[in-house]
Amino acid sequence: MESALTPAAPPADLTQENLLEIYYFLRLTRSLEEQLVNLYRQGKVIGGLYRSLGQEGESVATSYALRPGDILSPLIRNLGSMLVKGAQPVEVLRQYMAKTSSPTAGREMNIHFNDLDKGFLGQISHLGDMVPVMAGIALTFKMRVERRVGMVYVGDGAMSTGAFHEGVNFAAVQKLPLVVVVENNGYAFSTPVHKQTRVASLADKGRSYGIASYTVDGNDVLAVYGLARQLIEAARSGEGTQMLEVVTYRRKGHAEHDDQRYQSEEELALWEGNDPIDRYVSRIGDAGWATPDDLERIDSRIEREISEAVGTAESDPLPEGESAIGGVFA
Amino acid sequence: MAEVTYLEALRQGLWEELERDENVFMLGEDIGEYGGAFKVTEGFLEKFGAGRIIDTPISEAAIVGAAAGAAHMGMRPIAEMQFIDFISCAYDMLTNYVATARYRAGLATPIVVRGPSGGYVRGGPFHSQMPEAAFFHTPGLKLVCPATARDAKGLIKSAVRDDDPVIYFEHKFLYRRIKEDLPDDEEILTPIGKARVAREGSDLTIITWSAMVWKCLDAAEELASSDGASVEVLDLRSLIPMDDAAILGSVRKTNRVLIVHEDTRTGGIAGEITSRINEGAFEWLDAPVRRVTAHDTPIPYAPTLEDYVLPGADDVVEAARLLLAY
Repeated sequence: MESALTPAAPPADLTQENLLEIYYFLRLTRSLEEQLVNLYRQGKVIGGLYRSLGQEGESVATSYALRPGDILSPLIRNLGSMLVKGAQPVEVLRQYMAKTSSPTAGREMNIHFNDLDKGFLGQISHLGDMVPVMAGIALTFKMRVERRVGMVYVGDGAMSTGAFHEGVNFAAVQKLPLVVVVENNGYAFSTPVHKQTRVASLADKGRSYGIASYTVDGNDVLAVYGLARQLIEAARSGEGTQMLEVVTYRRKGHAEHDDQRYQSEEELALWEGNDPIDRYVSRIGDAGWATPDDLERIDSRIEREISEAVGTAESDPLPEGESAIGGVFA
Repeated sequence: MAEVTYLEALRQGLWEELERDENVFMLGEDIGEYGGAFKVTEGFLEKFGAGRIIDTPISEAAIVGAAAGAAHMGMRPIAEMQFIDFISCAYDMLTNYVATARYRAGLATPIVVRGPSGGYVRGGPFHSQMPEAAFFHTPGLKLVCPATARDAKGLIKSAVRDDDPVIYFEHKFLYRRIKEDLPDDEEILTPIGKARVAREGSDLTIITWSAMVWKCLDAAEELASSDGASVEVLDLRSLIPMDDAAILGSVRKTNRVLIVHEDTRTGGIAGEITSRINEGAFEWLDAPVRRVTAHDTPIPYAPTLEDYVLPGADDVVEAARLLLAY
């Protein structure tokens, strides 16, 4: 390793400030989820809790490569991408706790909420459905000749749905500025990838639609960022729909209540040793782009922010029953 | 004034809305160069260009999903189902994504999904459906069913301007059979949610919509000439929202009600209308509410079979006589 006194230039177009900001979002995602686990155990989370442990790297890196004005649609393990786009921890906490002050006023759960001005569209539970919807958003960018890009996340499971196929195919045919991020995290609930598809690489599915498709180590934050940036800019400059498969691993169960009996100890240990945040911290530390003090300052800031957010969210009431009525139509 | 068909009226409505608002665009199968399976969009590609008249793959879920995404961004998409039978391929997208969007996420989704509907054209099981009840049960979707050329135009224009998702059931049996003089110099906008009295009467109310309006008018004429009965025909025009006031008003006037729809019987919309009458005007009834509907089968192909399964004017006359004699 080079001496910290003569650091190499940060990769791609990232400044040191950017690198620290990426660390902030990685750590914020993990810490916020850990806080949610505490609340879940206390019975304060009303429904299920869905972790992205081990996948925070690709969520943050892909979304960080977008520009203001671009719009993404996350799936259930993309809390990180929403935080990058400006979702606030207090909003996420209120959603999980079904508070009247939550972005959906208690009508929807967990990270199913949106803020199109900030650049994220809320998902629904039906996998694959967000692909045609994001194709429609990208179609609007194209029709209005705006240099904006859409990004949609799917997993190895969502790729088996008809909606995914129809959406990607439509976007490909129309050459829409859409980047499809494929999170290959090993499992869809309990179903391993080999029971989901016969293709060797999920990116092969993208190639079958005639779109540029790449695979990257999803736990290498800077590699994901670099490739995502390239594909986003290709989509922006009129080269059509792009696919990026990020190979990662879901270290928790489908949801907090899942005992993970189908994941072996060896497999879990292997991927724990390949943690994206640990790898990122080593990388930026070894290269001299961040000092332990820098990171500690960020850690304390996150601890403070989350603790404030929990205090605020917890004290909010649940919505009044009769507020369920109305708002079905304009 | 010019005499136009139901299809031409619909075409004019679409054309005018595309001309009026650049956010309006169309997407569907074979709607561009080919002009649509029934030529509803003939000439649209030449006038509005491939950017606004978009030929799509055979992907109803993608058509509706993409329309929804564009609508979130302020566009006013009109999605065509080549036949309304294929709307079931987009059922998930319509019921789970589109219908819930405003309620769960505050998302405006002003889309129109339209397509040739209904039977009497020997189309067989998959080109004859009137699947209104499948969507009637989902909160968040508006459903309109024009019976006249004027409403074909007025309802498509209102649907495009509506801030909520609208499914527009156009009846293919009426496309070229119905003609009407429409003014050239007046903008026709039919309000969504307002029924129309297609024929005034005082002895019996027939509540119906779409192509059945014409069969019911034939039946009313027959009942007037043969039985001397005065039959009112109420054309609902819009199923959601439903004009409860018009329904209850007519029930209070005639005290006898027949509901007629082309869709199948079990779980059909007649059941819901009957309940609303029971809740809102039971004491005004002189007879139980009756219904005339299709039989509970898929729509068969052979003319003899289809005519047996779907309701005809003679079925309406027979049911009306039972009510009048009650």
